[in-house]
Amino acid sequence: MTTHSVSARAAAAARRPRRRMPMSRRRALLGWAYAAPAAAFVVLLFLLPLLTVSRMSVSDWSLLGGDKGLNAPDNFVDVFREPLLWPSVAFTLEYTVIVGVIVLVLAMLLALLVQESTRWNSVLRTAVLVPSALGLASSSLLFWGLYSPNIGPLNPILQGLGIIDEPISFLGTPDAALWSTVFLIVWRFTGFYMLILMVGLQAIPGDVYEAARLDGAGRIRTYWSVTLPLLRPSIALATVLSVTGSLLAFDQFFILTKGGPDNTTVTIVQLIYRAAFQHFDLGVAGAMSLLVLAALLVINLIQFRLLRAKD
Amino acid sequence: MLRTTLRGLTRTPYYVLTAGIAIIFLFPLVWAAYASVAPRGGSAQAEGFGIGNYVKLLNYDAGLGTYVLNSVIVSGLTVIMTTVVALLAGYAFARFAFIGKNVLFILVLGILMVPSASLLIPLYVLLGSVGLSNSLFGLALVLTMYQLPFSIFMMRISFEAVPAELEESALVDGTTSFGALWYILTPAVLPGIVTIALYAFLAAWNDFIAPLILINDSSLAPLPLAIANLRQQAMGAIDYGVTEAGVVVLALPCVVLFLVLQRFYIKGFMSGALKG
Repeated sequence: MTTHSVSARAAAAARRPRRRMPMSRRRALLGWAYAAPAAAFVVLLFLLPLLTVSRMSVSDWSLLGGDKGLNAPDNFVDVFREPLLWPSVAFTLEYTVIVGVIVLVLAMLLALLVQESTRWNSVLRTAVLVPSALGLASSSLLFWGLYSPNIGPLNPILQGLGIIDEPISFLGTPDAALWSTVFLIVWRFTGFYMLILMVGLQAIPGDVYEAARLDGAGRIRTYWSVTLPLLRPSIALATVLSVTGSLLAFDQFFILTKGGPDNTTVTIVQLIYRAAFQHFDLGVAGAMSLLVLAALLVINLIQFRLLRAKD
Repeated sequence: MLRTTLRGLTRTPYYVLTAGIAIIFLFPLVWAAYASVAPRGGSAQAEGFGIGNYVKLLNYDAGLGTYVLNSVIVSGLTVIMTTVVALLAGYAFARFAFIGKNVLFILVLGILMVPSASLLIPLYVLLGSVGLSNSLFGLALVLTMYQLPFSIFMMRISFEAVPAELEESALVDGTTSFGALWYILTPAVLPGIVTIALYAFLAAWNDFIAPLILINDSSLAPLPLAIANLRQQAMGAIDYGVTEAGVVVLALPCVVLFLVLQRFYIKGFMSGALKG
């Protein structure tokens, strides 16, 4: 077979809507056989729990006592009677917006900064990416030590440099706790989002910039009218991931603040955890879970619409 | 090629700015390593620099060795199950046509849409009902499920990138589809396999909320959960030195793996980001 005919056949095969495999019974059965383990996982460990949590949300289900029968809509009523519900929703939203803006802007700046493949840029890129190799819980434990009044080096350093007079209590006040956690997340995730944007940047062909230059566009103009629109898919992906991740924040708050000081840093998922494992009420936890799932689906749909519009 | 760069940045300010950024990003890790060996009155490392904290960590509660072993077991199981399931499923999606194929694929991706807490609570009950509560194997099953969207997606596009000719000529020669898969396709998609194995390992090693909910027995706790718990141990006085030693033990494999396998780590990302 010559190279030419192989590639011609491949091109022809690629153009046809169906693969060349005939939809024979045997092929289909084989396909099912190969997909079966995945299907088993999906059914047993995904669909079944979804059904279970739906059932929980309309039942009087205690962690210790088990399913005691239906009680709709009591659980949902209880959710809305929970005094921390709206504060935690507000806090989670506030946190999501703050983290989203800071991380995406920073990631964009860095992605633009390190575009050239120089040795120094490689080092910089790696430095920014290393934190993303760590787990979120590990990072939280690290920063817990970093922020602690006992061994944290930040206050000694800042005081030594004369930047502050009094030591800062990083986790002691509601505002400080929020911003300290934000800083942790920015540290941990900026590299990840920088990568996403870098991939998008690299996909932009050089001719586009060349054309803009020939049209007399300056740097800022080029960035605004040329680069940004072409980066839309990457920015959309980054935004959806960041918003979803922040709305579901748990690990970092559980480890750093445990929701404190005084329940001012309680996120939605923390509420679900408390309902299940401190109040032992799986029914309410299930109801909250379904509400969060529904809210997430709606929010993601809105984001997809907004970010894909005007195409 | 013209690149969009920030206006007005000349050489020196650029180096100063980026050096500052690099320092800020590297500082916490460097500090953690330092704090784990630095002297601190009242801790296991009271005088001079040394590994006193690590030694204490070895014997804390069930002992560091036990926790590391738990993490290794869970991560190992997750990696094995993820690679096997994703390899087979990726092959199925890329090369076969069968009823329900698209539905199954969408369901797999749907796993990404559901918050983990929403699944972990019913999973806690379900696993309990089959005797898998509080077990490392049960935990590994759940962690594998979470890896399926990314890993099956990766394997599917890896297989799709291999020209059909490759296995067709083998099939014509009389090999079974499994033979074609094993001897011909698997070597071709090896980079994809390494990528999903790496991600599965890192996710399993670092997961916190799943072990928190599914594991009750502290001697079965994987490392992150164990280190988080040991902060509360010693009668009110928190042993920071030991905690920092724990952080280093947690972080070191991840940082090493990342630096060594950077290529696969970034490549895995890029496939997802490009098709996303």
